[in-house]
Amino acid sequence: MTVASHDVEELFAPSGEKWQPVSRKLVTVRYIVLAMTLAIVTPLLAVGLWFVLDVWGIVVAVAVALVGVVWGGWLIPRIWRAWGYSERQEDLLVTHGVMFRKLTVVPYGRMQFVDVNSGPLDRKFGLATVQMHTASPASDARIPGLPAQEAARLRDRLSALGEAKAAGL
Amino acid sequence: MTEPVNNETPVELRTATPSHFRRLHPLTPLLRGWAYLAGVIVIMGQNALRNPAPISIYLAFGFGFAVLATIAGAVSWWFTRYGFDGDALRIDSGVLMRRSRRVRMDRLQAVDVNRPLVGRLLGVAELRMEVAGGSKSEAPLKYLSLDDATRLRAELLARAAGIDAETPEAPERMVAEVPLRRLVWSTLLSGGFVLGVLLITAMLVALALVPSQARAGILAPMLPGLLAAGYALWTQLGRNFGFTLAESPDGYRIRKGLLDMQHQTVPPGRIQGVLIRQPLLWRARGWAEVHVDVAGYAGASAENATRTSTLLPVAPLAEAMEIVRQVLAGVDPSSVELHPAPQRSRWLRPIQWSRLAYGAGDKIVVVRDGRFTRRLTVVPHAKTQSVRVTQGPIQRRLRLATAYVDTTPGPVNAIIRHRPPEEAFQFVEDQAERARLARKTDIPEQWMVQHASRVSQGNTDGDVHKDASNE
Repeated sequence: MTVASHDVEELFAPSGEKWQPVSRKLVTVRYIVLAMTLAIVTPLLAVGLWFVLDVWGIVVAVAVALVGVVWGGWLIPRIWRAWGYSERQEDLLVTHGVMFRKLTVVPYGRMQFVDVNSGPLDRKFGLATVQMHTASPASDARIPGLPAQEAARLRDRLSALGEAKAAGL
Repeated sequence: MTEPVNNETPVELRTATPSHFRRLHPLTPLLRGWAYLAGVIVIMGQNALRNPAPISIYLAFGFGFAVLATIAGAVSWWFTRYGFDGDALRIDSGVLMRRSRRVRMDRLQAVDVNRPLVGRLLGVAELRMEVAGGSKSEAPLKYLSLDDATRLRAELLARAAGIDAETPEAPERMVAEVPLRRLVWSTLLSGGFVLGVLLITAMLVALALVPSQARAGILAPMLPGLLAAGYALWTQLGRNFGFTLAESPDGYRIRKGLLDMQHQTVPPGRIQGVLIRQPLLWRARGWAEVHVDVAGYAGASAENATRTSTLLPVAPLAEAMEIVRQVLAGVDPSSVELHPAPQRSRWLRPIQWSRLAYGAGDKIVVVRDGRFTRRLTVVPHAKTQSVRVTQGPIQRRLRLATAYVDTTPGPVNAIIRHRPPEEAFQFVEDQAERARLARKTDIPEQWMVQHASRVSQGNTDGDVHKDASNE
């Protein structure tokens, strides 16, 4: 299956395009989020299971946490690597996803507005998420983990292009 | 557009409402007061059940509330005025918090004149404007006298078309009518109704079989059956009663409704996609229904979307296809060659895999699916918002991928399921290009001005010289 899936990788991110990766710091942010989630969930789970399974409850909870750590440690860098975007002449390409691969093509002319979001943790690492909205809520052109400067550049470029190429509905 | 898409410009507090602006119908406060009164009665009724008090107290309270609500309504009525301000319709409202909205005419997607039952008795109507991007209707004007509503609709459409505002309402040509007999049969054959009847029958049979002591327990489950059947009756028969579809230079006009009457007008080029559905039980009679996506219509609840998106509630398939052909400006979906999905898709869609197919013509994408309820989805290239490909883990094993042509929200969803990945990617690449080219030759937003002064209207693109002659 490896050869085939390699071809598919190639399809989801055609090497002809100039793919831009997102910031490596996204991995750190996601690790922190995972660590915080586990730090909250594991004790709760341990207490909950304690009543049912006694000491074994704690063992199960720790095992679950370990699985979470291993799974996250394996998956998060891959998810990061899968993100990519490419600004073409007429449209923006966004690709992401490891288990569920996705490629979105959004023409600039279809853009209705651009969102830039940055949560507290994102801000700490100087990251932001840029999302391009069309008249269809299904258009999934969201790029997380952009350095603030790049996010600002992309926002300005997208809105300029959206205006220049705008079409009616 | 040279400015960002924004249907509501910020409130202009300092501009006073121009004097030519008009008020809503004087009966508005009374009609709206009804709703308050009903609410008050419900609340007080519950109270009365819990701790009974002399009836006069309740009467006094109820009367007081009704008077207060009517006064509040009257004040709000007095301060609500509408009129044309430049190119936009402006609605000023609010007493303490003044609010001023503008509805841009070139972004107008549809105009509906609705007449609820009470409104019909009093000769008033509600006018709704749908504007793309609005999450709900742009300030329904309720209520206007029927004459005012009709006149305002004509003016809105004339301005939206980019012609003289004084132009009277255009003549129309009847395209389709749904005879009552067919509507009744289609209701009786609809899935919800049949299911409801089956449930009720099953319960009746059970009722006859069990001993009489246990009967009470069996009556309760009949309720969902009754509800399902009643709902089907109401949605198909009550709402689509007297359905007519007419065509005019203003676009398509739809009239329907038994108690609450609806009159929708969808200007040309506002239809974003078409869905032809053929439920199992209708197939013996060869009937189909047609739904459309219109931007703004689906913004409200799903319930609202089905109410407003029907282009044809039931018609013989041939007639439905003919109307679809007209809606798509002469492009026949059945002329597009369809490519079936590969056989290995049966692992993911064991029943309908052989029905999965799609095709891309010069102007439209056609997607076919559905085994029991057959569906044919059509999206014009010019209305493509974005294109996507996805692939899940099982699809990766089977070497399949799914492509999407995204349209504005609504019943039409063009999902091309389970294609070989290479084909899906080729499709996405080609579709992006086709959509780009099609956008240039699409009907301008102000559909009447395509041969005149396009530059100043800020229309669809920069290629002013070419596209007027291209189409």
